[in-house]
Amino acid sequence: MISIWLFIGISLLVNGALILGAGIKQILYPPANPTVVLFSLHANAWWGGFLFLLGLFYCIHFRPKRTQ
Amino acid sequence: MMPLAAMFVETRLVHMSAIDIAIVAFYFILVLAIGFYLKGQANTGEDFFMAGREMTSWVAGLSFLSANLGALELMGWAGSAYQYGILATHWYWIGAIPAMLFLALVMMPFYYISKTHSVPGYLNLRFGEPSRILSAVCFAFMTVLMSGVNMFAMAKVMQIVLGWDLNFSIWISSLTVAIYVALGGLRSAIFNEVLQFFLIWAGALMIPVLGLYEAGGWTNLKAEIAHRFSTQYVHLWSGLGHFSSNPMGINWVGIVFGLGAVISMGYWTTDFLVVQRILAAKDLRSAEMAPIIGAGFKMLVPLIVILPGLLGLAVLPMHLTGEAQAAATGGHSYNDVLPLMLARYCGPGLLGLGITALIAGFMSGMAGNVSAFTTVWTYDIYRPLINKRATDAHYVSMGRWTTVIGVLISVGTAYLVMQFASIMDYVQALFSFFIAPLFGTVILGMLWRRATNWGGFWGLLCGTISSVGMWTWVKLDPTALRYVALSPDAKGLAQDMYQALWSFLVCVIVTVVVSLMTKPKPAAELNGLVMGLTEVPHVENAAFYQKPIFWAGIVTAVFIALNIIFW
Repeated sequence: MISIWLFIGISLLVNGALILGAGIKQILYPPANPTVVLFSLHANAWWGGFLFLLGLFYCIHFRPKRTQ
Repeated sequence: MMPLAAMFVETRLVHMSAIDIAIVAFYFILVLAIGFYLKGQANTGEDFFMAGREMTSWVAGLSFLSANLGALELMGWAGSAYQYGILATHWYWIGAIPAMLFLALVMMPFYYISKTHSVPGYLNLRFGEPSRILSAVCFAFMTVLMSGVNMFAMAKVMQIVLGWDLNFSIWISSLTVAIYVALGGLRSAIFNEVLQFFLIWAGALMIPVLGLYEAGGWTNLKAEIAHRFSTQYVHLWSGLGHFSSNPMGINWVGIVFGLGAVISMGYWTTDFLVVQRILAAKDLRSAEMAPIIGAGFKMLVPLIVILPGLLGLAVLPMHLTGEAQAAATGGHSYNDVLPLMLARYCGPGLLGLGITALIAGFMSGMAGNVSAFTTVWTYDIYRPLINKRATDAHYVSMGRWTTVIGVLISVGTAYLVMQFASIMDYVQALFSFFIAPLFGTVILGMLWRRATNWGGFWGLLCGTISSVGMWTWVKLDPTALRYVALSPDAKGLAQDMYQALWSFLVCVIVTVVVSLMTKPKPAAELNGLVMGLTEVPHVENAAFYQKPIFWAGIVTAVFIALNIIFW
């Protein structure tokens, strides 16, 4: 049976990748008038990166293993 | 047919980008995938209704906590923090932690050893059929109505925040929940609750982090709130000496005895919606550890719920008001504070995750209601009253159909509320009528061997009637609140606390009096159900750090320290 933690990992991995991508895009092409305060901190880039790495760890650690 | 574009109105608090919509869509795909994957694991009654009783303490504990971490709770308590200040934290600390630890260490052995499927099932074993039927019918009726009310409230939130059409929100969420719970049963609901737990933390944690950065730290935040509002907004206990010395209009007696000793005990230890998650644990130690793990994380929830409300007091340029005034002036209400803070700090991607967390909280809350309703209907109403001798496969089939029917009744309730808004207040009040007396009945049943079948039944009935009576009295004559809450300065929340306290006392007194007048059950029939007559297995050779009592002690120490720090 697939562990619940693998589903958590997939969720964090995919969401982290999407948020990280959006953050990197904003760093490369900053909007003329940012709609959020503290835009200069680029929270979506580093938080997205953190979620991506956490999700990657969960996916590897709880991946289905072959049994004899 | 309504064109798709017409389903989304232009006035909204936040605007989602394509990446945000992709994150929301991925959530729906993932929960449906989980439901289809778990379909093959829900073939027997134990699998479908009790998740096979094989959950680890972590999964059961996080699910137990998440069942109470719905989107409406998040937004409502963030709004309460804006309205009342840090006092709202009492609902997360004294209004939860002692009850969760009490469930783990005192009550869980009896629930678990009796191998009951539900709380009404325990009442049947301890007090007989009449008590079981009374509590099962009340619970099933209220749960499905509450689910409908929450569905409508969340659709309304989605309309205000995202501009989504009410029908779109109601049908898309209810169909998704119906599919994944009908396929995977309780296991599916639990998996999605754990997923929701992670999404909520991932989606909401940026608000306090960035908010504290903007406010200049906790000390500066307190100073700013004191400057703009009052120092009482940042003190947990020091303003509770009298009803008039704090923004909530309540005193310490109501908080300690009404909230801490009765309402929270009733909710966390006898509301089957949350207790069902613990009953799915794989063994007694896991069942005892699960509420302790839940309590540990519960203490942290104010970070993502209360702190955003307090930050709103300090950093938002506008002043939030009550719903009626906001509707009249076109401004924002207290309940908008969390979406406003989300929009303030969260750019593309983060905003989608925050919105997904709210949707996940709403849907898993509905799934929790539906799965608890399904179990109580099938095991505590259908089986004893309608079809006693059916096969296990028949009951599983009944569970799947009941899931779909329960969702449809909830949808019907949501549309009823849409037509008659006042129904919402009545349904929310209904739930509070029952929970405090039920706690009185269950706790006497577990701790007092002399309590009899008729004592339990009449105590539960009289406690519930007294609660309805007090609520009706104050509804008809609002000045009666001074008698119910014992003060002319008491406000609405004080009524809930004192109403619970009195109905609990009525239940206990009636149970004791009737029990002493009726014939007690033989001790042999109480084995496994009552303290003193039940042998609770202990892990003798386990290290100290593997014992639930050790972790309960750690949680208690942190709980006391937090209350002193924020006194």
